Amino acid sequence: MIRDITLGQYYPVKSVLHQMDPRTKLFGTMVFIISLFLADGLCAYAAATAFLVLAIRLSRVPFSFMVRGLKTIFFLLLISVSFNLFLTDGEVLAQLWFLKITREGLRMAFFMALRLIYLVIGSSVMTLTTTPNELTDGLEKGLGFLKAVKVPVHEISMMMSIALRFIPILVEETDKIMKAQMARGADFESGNLIQKAKSMVPLLVPLFISAFRRATDLAMAMEARCYRGGEGRTKMKPLHYERRDRLAYLFFALYLAAMAAARIWRLP
Amino acid sequence: MSIRAEHLTHIYGQGTAFEQYALKDVNFEIPDGQFVGLIGHTGSGKSTLIQHLNGLLKPTSGTIYYNGEDIHGEGFSLKRLRGKVGLVFQYPEHQLFETDVFADVCFGPRNLGFTEKEVWERAKEALELVGMDRKYWEQSPFELSGGQKRRVAIAGVLAMGPEVLILDEPTAGLDPRGRDEILDKIRDLHDRKGMTILLVSHSMEDIARYADRLMVMNHGEKVFDGTPREVFEHYRELEAMGLAAPQVTYLTHALKEHGVPIDEELTTVEEARDAIVRLLKPEQAGSTGRQA
Repeated sequence: MIRDITLGQYYPVKSVLHQMDPRTKLFGTMVFIISLFLADGLCAYAAATAFLVLAIRLSRVPFSFMVRGLKTIFFLLLISVSFNLFLTDGEVLAQLWFLKITREGLRMAFFMALRLIYLVIGSSVMTLTTTPNELTDGLEKGLGFLKAVKVPVHEISMMMSIALRFIPILVEETDKIMKAQMARGADFESGNLIQKAKSMVPLLVPLFISAFRRATDLAMAMEARCYRGGEGRTKMKPLHYERRDRLAYLFFALYLAAMAAARIWRLP
Repeated sequence: MSIRAEHLTHIYGQGTAFEQYALKDVNFEIPDGQFVGLIGHTGSGKSTLIQHLNGLLKPTSGTIYYNGEDIHGEGFSLKRLRGKVGLVFQYPEHQLFETDVFADVCFGPRNLGFTEKEVWERAKEALELVGMDRKYWEQSPFELSGGQKRRVAIAGVLAMGPEVLILDEPTAGLDPRGRDEILDKIRDLHDRKGMTILLVSHSMEDIARYADRLMVMNHGEKVFDGTPREVFEHYRELEAMGLAAPQVTYLTHALKEHGVPIDEELTTVEEARDAIVRLLKPEQAGSTGRQA
């Protein structure tokens, strides 16, 4: 059940996308997300689809693996689709009491669903092809210019990489605790909302205790190795751009320009 | 009355790059009242195996029968099964959560739907069985020592009244005294209560001392199954798997190679001591030429 969350899970295969510089991938994901918010019409969505399909093909991660991440946003999807579907004014197609479906609503709901799905899949492509460490390295270096205005970039990226590093550990821990309590007859699925909330106590107490213990252990281990922040710290694998990265940037720029153009000239 | 596994296979992450065989066609039957040791190095599939026995994991293929019934069959209650096949995990920290020891032990029987009075009686009995002193009953389980936590965890499972008790490395991280105390309590449960025990362990010495039967897992397959003596005969193969027979086995084989007429099938330190003493005593009077 908990293992279905694909966001933030690295998928180890070798591909062009896996080898790309994390900064390029971050920028590309950002471009894709911006383009989704610019998109308004079939042409633009067709271009976004092409972009996504290309990225998925290049990543060599099985498509079914990315779709699994969608399960987690199912309810969000359902709510936003029904809001758009029923509460948009315009030319009425069907009406039931105060709920009415309009041509504009149908269009809005369809594109909204597409946008959400693309957002999740798009960011999954990045996290599936980039290890958490590469990701934070990319962020640290890519946002390094912010240090000039006193943003603690290193500290933030260190916090992020620790948090990301802990996700799989805590997921596994949760799994073990759930099993240990299920072996004692605990039931996490049935019952009403209050019973369900109550049944979480035997899960959350050991989980919190273990998380705090791990946090203090880690702090101790970092201090034992003389960690004192980012100043003067060198990298084992410094990032540098290659030809494929430059090509990718060129491609992103063209794509973004095309999407902006589609928006300005209102292509269908 | 038994647990039987037929062609048990489990694959983690089937259909993804993470696909991994955890169990490959494992077959066995554990009759009532047996004390079984399960051994294998990390990643050999032993933890996966025991989680199948009380239905926490569902096999990819194959069947598990409890008293002749398929545990994933229709109408079979997994909750009732978990009351009958008690599983104690390696780390007590994964299950202790209540404000005091007694309340924590009450958790299991309460989930099984017993009346409050029965729950208390079972909890009391279980805590006495594992030898927890009454003065600890009101304490927070988090203030206890490692060995005591483990006892409370075992009591938490015993309170459900299991017929089969499965323990996953109950002695990991304990000092020698704590280890002996826990293992003696487990043997007590077997001898006095007639419980079927499945003990997962890294220590050949412990298994040799307590178990009637030993199963060895390697790369998801059951490679040996028999009395500890029979299994330890394969000590060279065990070594190749990164395991080792008890030190006594090495000693007796070394002695034999030097021409000492000692029984090779000894498994515990006590047996070896007695055998060596028996060999030495008559010789002290007789031969003087041999130097061993």
